[in-house]
Amino acid sequence: MMDRTSLYNPKCETMPRDELEQLQIERLQSTLNRVYRNVAFYRTAFDAHHVNLERLKRIDALRELPFTTRDDLRESYPYDMFAVPLHDIARIHSTSGTTGVPIVVGYTRNDLRNWTECTARLLVAAGITERDVVQIALNYSLFAGGFGFHQGAEQIGACVIPASLTTSPEKQAIIMRDFKVTALISTPSHGVNLIAALEQLQIHPERLHLRTGLFGGERLSDPLRRLLEERLHITSVDTYGLTEIMGSGVAGECSQRNGFHINEDHFIVEVVNPQTLEPVEAGEEGELVLTTIQKEGFPLIRYRTGDITSLNREPCPCGRTFVRMAWITGRTDDLILFQGVGFFPSQIEEILSGVKGASPHYQIILDKQGDVDTLEIRVEILDTIPFLDEVKALEALRVQMAGRIKTALDIDAKVTFVEPKSLSRLAGAGRRVMDRRSR
Amino acid sequence: MLRILNLEAGYGPLRVLKGISLHVSPGEIVALIGANGAGKTTLLKTISGILKCRSGAVEFDKRPIHAMSPERVVALGCSLVPEGRHVFSTLTVRENLILGAFSRRRRENGASVAAAMEEVHSLFPILKERQAQLAGTLSGGQQQMLAIGRALMSKPRLLMMDEPSLGVAPLIARDIFQTVVRLKKSGLTVLLVEQNARAALAVADRGYVIETGQIVLEGTARELCDNPDVQRAYLGKEYKTIDEDG
Repeated sequence: MMDRTSLYNPKCETMPRDELEQLQIERLQSTLNRVYRNVAFYRTAFDAHHVNLERLKRIDALRELPFTTRDDLRESYPYDMFAVPLHDIARIHSTSGTTGVPIVVGYTRNDLRNWTECTARLLVAAGITERDVVQIALNYSLFAGGFGFHQGAEQIGACVIPASLTTSPEKQAIIMRDFKVTALISTPSHGVNLIAALEQLQIHPERLHLRTGLFGGERLSDPLRRLLEERLHITSVDTYGLTEIMGSGVAGECSQRNGFHINEDHFIVEVVNPQTLEPVEAGEEGELVLTTIQKEGFPLIRYRTGDITSLNREPCPCGRTFVRMAWITGRTDDLILFQGVGFFPSQIEEILSGVKGASPHYQIILDKQGDVDTLEIRVEILDTIPFLDEVKALEALRVQMAGRIKTALDIDAKVTFVEPKSLSRLAGAGRRVMDRRSR
Repeated sequence: MLRILNLEAGYGPLRVLKGISLHVSPGEIVALIGANGAGKTTLLKTISGILKCRSGAVEFDKRPIHAMSPERVVALGCSLVPEGRHVFSTLTVRENLILGAFSRRRRENGASVAAAMEEVHSLFPILKERQAQLAGTLSGGQQQMLAIGRALMSKPRLLMMDEPSLGVAPLIARDIFQTVVRLKKSGLTVLLVEQNARAALAVADRGYVIETGQIVLEGTARELCDNPDVQRAYLGKEYKTIDEDG
C-alpha cells in the first residue's frame, strides 16, 4: 500500500515509467543541445567521437557519448565546465583539494531550487515533516554538505537548526537535548561522536526527543546503523550524493530501506564495467555513471562517479517508480572517505611536500577506536635535517602538518613520525593506505 | 495526452525540426517559445497533419497520429488555431463557426452543434452579436476570437494555438490569454506557441524553448522565467513585470 504522506512530490516520484522515460529523453536532448552550444569541452568531445546529437533518440543511445571524468573536471578549473555565464551563477561550491586542483561547481537559481526539491524528497522519504526540529550537523562550507539538506528542510517547513560542525560534540548534544531536536542530519561518524558526548554528559537518550537520523557523506554499515539506532533511539535513513553532481540530493532510502531511490527526473543513471566501460547486465555491480538532465549551471554528461554499486529495477513497495541503487560497495580509485570528507592519498602527499623537513614517504592508516574512525598519517622525516632530533622542533613540525591537513581537507588526522627509510620505498598506492576499519 | 518523440520535418531540402521530443499532459497549458524561424509553426503543422513528418512519432492519447490526415486528427480531438487566423472572410461569423464543426457533422445532430455554438458565444459574446456579419469585416482581435471559436466548435480535447497575440491590440491580447486560462479551467489542454514569451509563460504550466529546430530548454513556467537565457532572449529587460501580468 502506497503511503502518500512519505512522498514530497508524488506526481514526479511515482510517475509511470513510460512517462518518466519520455521526460528523460526530452530533458536529455535539451541538455545535450545546450552543452554542445555552451561548453567547449563537450563540443570538442562530441565532435571527436563523431556524435550526431540529432541521431540520439533513445536513452540507451547515451552509451555512444564519451564519459566525463574527475580529471576532466579538474582540468576545467575553475569555470570551463560552466554552461552559463558566471553572472548567472547564484552559488559556488567546490570539492576538497585546496592543495591540488579542486572541482568547482556552479548553481543557477533554478539549480538551487531543484537541489532543494531533491533534498526535500529525501527528507520526506525519511519521515521528516514540518513538525520536526532538525539539527543539521554537517559542514556549511565550500563543500556542499549542509546546504542542500538545510534548504530541503526549510522547504518542507521543518524547524531547522544549522548546528554545523563548528561546535563541539558536547555542545551539539546539549542543543539536541535542550532544543528538543527530533531529527538529526549528519555523517554516521559524527553520530558516533554524539553518542560519546551524550554518555560523557550523562544524557540518557530517553531524555531526548530524537526519532529520526538521516545520514550521508560516508558509508553507513549495518553494524554502525544498528549502533546509531540503538544508542540514539532513532530510525535511520541513508542518502547518497556527490558534490560534482548535486551535493546531497541524488538518491536516498525510502521507508523500505532497501536501496537508494535515484531522483531519475533529474539524473539518468548507468552502471558500467569500470574496465571495459561497457554497460553491465541488469543487477550486476559496476561503476555508477550519472548524467544530469535538469542542471543549468554545471551539467555533466556520463560522469564516472568512481562508486561501485548495482541497480534494482524491481518496483518498490513504497510506490516510487525511481530505480534503486544498492549501497556503495567500493571505489574504482583510491578515494578515501573519512568523517564525511573524500580525499585522495595524493592530496596528503601534496600537503606533506609543502612542509619542510618531511620526506615524500608516508603511510595513511585508517582504523577504528571504539566506534570512531581514526586517521593516522605516518611520515618519514628526513635525516638530512640535523636539529630534528629535538623534541620541540619535531612537535612543532607535527602540529604544522596536522594543521595544514585540517585546513586543506577539513579532517582531523594524527600525524606521527617514523625513522628515515623505515617505510618501504617500493610501496605502491595499495600499501600506502591501510584501511583497518572492518566492514 | 500528446507525446512527441524525435520528430523531424521540413520543407523540401530544408530540415526545420531536428529531433523534437515533447509532451503535453491532460489539463496542462504548455508554452512553446522561440524566435522567428525556430520551427514553432512547423511543429504545430506537423502535429495537426498538415505537414508530413520525416521521422519520429506523434502520439495523441497513445495513438500514433503522424500518418493521419488533418481531418482525422481534428476528429480525434486535436484542433489548431492557425497563425494569422485564416478566417473565411467572405463568410459570416456564424458560417465560420459552423464550418469548425465539420468533423462532427455526420456523427452528431444539429443540437450538439448548436450547443457548441452556445458555448463559443458565452466565451466570446461579441461573436454572437456579430454572427451575421462577414468575418472579413471584423477587427484583428475579433478575428482571432473567431478563429479560436471555430477550433472549439470541433469539441477538441487539445487546442493548439499558433501566435494568438500576433497583430492584436495589447488589451485584446490580454483577453485572449485570459480566455486560454478559462479554457484550461473548463478542462481543455492547450499547446500554446508564442513569441510573446512573457504573456505565454504567465498563463502556462510548463514550457519548452525551441532554437533552430531543437529543444534547448524544458521546465516549469517559473523555471523558464527565472532562466537568464530566456530572460535575455525572450523576456527583455523588464521581465519582472510578469508578476503583474499574471
